[in-house]
Amino acid sequence: MEIAYFPGCTLKTTAKSFETSALAIAGSLGIDIKELPEWTCCGTVYSLAEDDLMKQLGPVRTLARAEGLGYTVLTTLCSMCYNTLVQAKQFVTKDPVRLQKINTFMEEEPDFTGVVEIKHFITLLQETGEEKIKEAVKNDLAGRKIACYYGCLLLRPREAAIDDCEQPEVLEQLMQWLGADPVFFPYQVECCGSYMTAVKPDIVARRAYRILENARENGAEAVITSCPLCSFNLKERQKDIKAIYPGFKDMPVYYFTEIMSEALGITKTVENS
Amino acid sequence: MRVTLKQNNEILRKIEEISGENVFACYQCGKCSAGCPMVAEMDLLPNQIIRFLQIGAGEAVLEKRTIWLCASCFTCAARCPKGVNLAKLMEGVRATILRQSNSDQVAPPEMVKKPLPQIALISAMRKFTC
Repeated sequence: MEIAYFPGCTLKTTAKSFETSALAIAGSLGIDIKELPEWTCCGTVYSLAEDDLMKQLGPVRTLARAEGLGYTVLTTLCSMCYNTLVQAKQFVTKDPVRLQKINTFMEEEPDFTGVVEIKHFITLLQETGEEKIKEAVKNDLAGRKIACYYGCLLLRPREAAIDDCEQPEVLEQLMQWLGADPVFFPYQVECCGSYMTAVKPDIVARRAYRILENARENGAEAVITSCPLCSFNLKERQKDIKAIYPGFKDMPVYYFTEIMSEALGITKTVENS
Repeated sequence: MRVTLKQNNEILRKIEEISGENVFACYQCGKCSAGCPMVAEMDLLPNQIIRFLQIGAGEAVLEKRTIWLCASCFTCAARCPKGVNLAKLMEGVRATILRQSNSDQVAPPEMVKKPLPQIALISAMRKFTC
């Protein structure tokens, strides 16, 4: 069954390596995903104002188009897109009046009914299963100590979570299938400071420091994530961290698909680009 | 010491309308403040935001930095034993201010000048501007 793929803005620019590696993985595992021919920005953050339907237009328009093309499942790579699409869908489908209003406003689009299911790429990999993924491994990641950083939007709020919101294990499980040795670190579900990076980079640098140091204290040699904003904050803010904490040593941060494509033999050793 | 509070329930009504949350469901256990990743930077604890709203001191809440430091990470919402989604209440306060003042909280020249991914710019603009 073909699955619609919604990339979102950043997957085409700073997170290009995330998209390239994920598409290669999907291809090699036989996960049939295809980019939507037309999509718009989801808004990146779900609007929490109940009285402002305009803010839901971005995500709902994309979902309506996917439904119009006959898709029943849509996947995303970016955690923020995932969360925004899921919460927007829940919000507009929960109330028939709201749904009708938004469909009337977007009369040039096919009607949105809510049948399309949104699944994060991690969920698709989980569904592919342990056996198939283990079979596809060419370069076992034995001995690699990986800290799986979830951040916020894959796990919270509970209604949008892909796993337990306090003690998730989907990424650890995936890393184990690839032969790696995932390390537990308590800061894996802590917020990195998100969009504060655009206005208060020092706060984000302090958050990133605590997260990365916590991973290091627990034996990690690299951190993986599925969010282009977390990735930027944990990777690019390392320069700012050094200005605040001079003793800080670099910590490699990868998208989980970069590590995975290395294990599947699609790319050679990943570089901390 | 006697403290005089300027009572204003109109602000609370607006915030509850925008957020769809009931501030009186909160019994002040402080779980939200205990887990908040931004709490060290805040000038009023997250649970105090709710307390201020409960006692009709909404106007004081509008002046605090706290609401602009909340990054909508939903840790408070996930942990609240009473099911209060404080992230939504924070957005209710932000939206009330942005709509009343009709002016942006952060102007583009005040933002980080070095290159940022779109995802950072769009989300910051969505939270800090009208």
